[in-house]
Amino acid sequence: MKQTGALGVFSHLDTTVDAVRELRKQGFNDFVVQSPVPRHELLDVLEHKPSPVRLWTLIGGLLGCVSGFALTIWTSLEWPHRTSAKPIVSIPAFVVIAFELTILFGALATLIGLFFHARLPRFSADIAYDSRFSDDHFGIFIKCKDDRLDAAEKALRVVGAKEVRIEEG
Amino acid sequence: MAQVKKVYETVDSPSYSQVSRDILRPLERPGVRYYLLLGFVMLVLAWGVYAWTVQLDQGLGVAGYTLSVRWAIYIVNFVFWVGIAHSGTLISAILFLFRARWRLAVARSAEAMTIFAVMTAGLFPIIHLGRPWFFYWLMPYPNDRGLWVNFRSPLIWDVFAVSTYFTTSAIFWYVGLIPDIANARDRATGWRLKVYTLLSLGWRGTGRQWRHYSGAYLFFAALATPLVISVHSVVSWDFAMGIVPGWHSTIFAPYFVAGAIFSGLGMVLTLAIPVRKIFKLHQYITVKHFESLAKMIIFTSMIVTYAYVTEFFVAWYSGNLMEQKAFWSRAFGQFGWAFWLMIFCNSVVPLVLWSKKVRTNVGALFVISIFINIGMWFERFVIVVGSLSQGVEPAAWTSYRPTWVELSILAGSFAWFLMWFLLFVKLLPAISITEVKEAMPPPLRGEAAAR
Repeated sequence: MKQTGALGVFSHLDTTVDAVRELRKQGFNDFVVQSPVPRHELLDVLEHKPSPVRLWTLIGGLLGCVSGFALTIWTSLEWPHRTSAKPIVSIPAFVVIAFELTILFGALATLIGLFFHARLPRFSADIAYDSRFSDDHFGIFIKCKDDRLDAAEKALRVVGAKEVRIEEG
Repeated sequence: MAQVKKVYETVDSPSYSQVSRDILRPLERPGVRYYLLLGFVMLVLAWGVYAWTVQLDQGLGVAGYTLSVRWAIYIVNFVFWVGIAHSGTLISAILFLFRARWRLAVARSAEAMTIFAVMTAGLFPIIHLGRPWFFYWLMPYPNDRGLWVNFRSPLIWDVFAVSTYFTTSAIFWYVGLIPDIANARDRATGWRLKVYTLLSLGWRGTGRQWRHYSGAYLFFAALATPLVISVHSVVSWDFAMGIVPGWHSTIFAPYFVAGAIFSGLGMVLTLAIPVRKIFKLHQYITVKHFESLAKMIIFTSMIVTYAYVTEFFVAWYSGNLMEQKAFWSRAFGQFGWAFWLMIFCNSVVPLVLWSKKVRTNVGALFVISIFINIGMWFERFVIVVGSLSQGVEPAAWTSYRPTWVELSILAGSFAWFLMWFLLFVKLLPAISITEVKEAMPPPLRGEAAAR
């Protein structure tokens, strides 16, 4: 569903960073910033906490390690295949499998975590977008009710937006 | 900031938009020459496929296997292609963690190379099987008598290592591509718009998306780094776990990993030099980048040379007669020519890279990269065929001569790899737009006024 709000298009990184600070001061807190690159100046001013994707990696990796050992040890005990005098549970050999599954599960969990937190894939255009945002422009979309639209539009112009568009849901 | 300027000092600070335009330009409608090249490559591939159908029809007897040489060109190709894959991960993951900025010019094509090389490598164990339609017997599931796969066998480790490698590299590559595909989507029309919209997963570049993206990307790199080292170690253990003279050595894992990276760096040059020329990407892939690759080549070439020498020393010092005999015939036996070719290509030719003049001469680098490709293929030939032809049982010493089927499948594998690479450079951005933009000065209002 399309969201109501005002979309400001900015040509410069520093203007966008200043605009974020200024809009916060003016009491606009519910906005989305869109940019072609992850510049740290921008990410810092947005004051996000570290991404929880790292937890997915850790849990996936641990799960993979445990599954690797579980699979190899359990299947070896299931059908004991005696070769020379080698132990049925040959840990050094199983480390290879456990290691590979640690990486595999860790990578898959990271991917799932990324998709989950970044809300991908998402094809419905709920937040106003401009094709220049993937190229060389920055965007700030202020989500607001109809009665605040004019104020939002004005605020975006004051903080240096090159263009402002009103989006009605 | 200082470092950013250093890397891009040759770039007359193009705008973000210029970067997108330049890197996405190769994605436009291809010319006749592209189709001719693609057509030729597919013809060679078709010939390789035909050779394989002959083998499927008549059995492995059409390969040149003899009494003792039962692993030959197919296994050589498997090791060769897995090795090629390795430098892609080195460049994209290890150098990413080391913050080596020069990597970004070649990282994307090196990663693509990784995926296609693993796709090529993965075919060979199957082609090598007597009954390839039973390849799924390698998967861990119980057979109808409840027996599972043998997890103590290096061949099963291989299945896990190579499939994990393929999956992880593909994820890493694709995640890196998402923002660039979104960029391509926003400039595309027609069927490309539809395809890129789907592939970009609706990427918008919001602050939230970038935060999770950067976090995830770092962890993919952190996972891929130990993985790449483990994969070629496991491949080397396919040999080192056997008691064949010339194989049974603890040096194999580091020796193979260094060799893999060496061969892969050679292949990166072989691919990136024509791509840069054909698509006029001189501004983004500079001579400086090639020079950095050349320095890595010198380094890995020296490790490989050191390993060659150490192998001989250990064989002599072990006091084991068979081991000594194996290494004597490696250099002076029936496949001695392959050994000296390998030494020439891998240890002697790269020495010219000590000269800065050579390192900064793109044409010379291209020629050297071809030598490296040849040399590293023959290294695996020397290890696999050379060792097997003279095993521990002198009564079973045999020779080996590849047949037309094996050589056709070898040619087909190069065609298969090149076909994917050709499709890649025309359908996806061959340089990471996002990373190039990250490394250059961002658009600031002061600058606009100054212009």
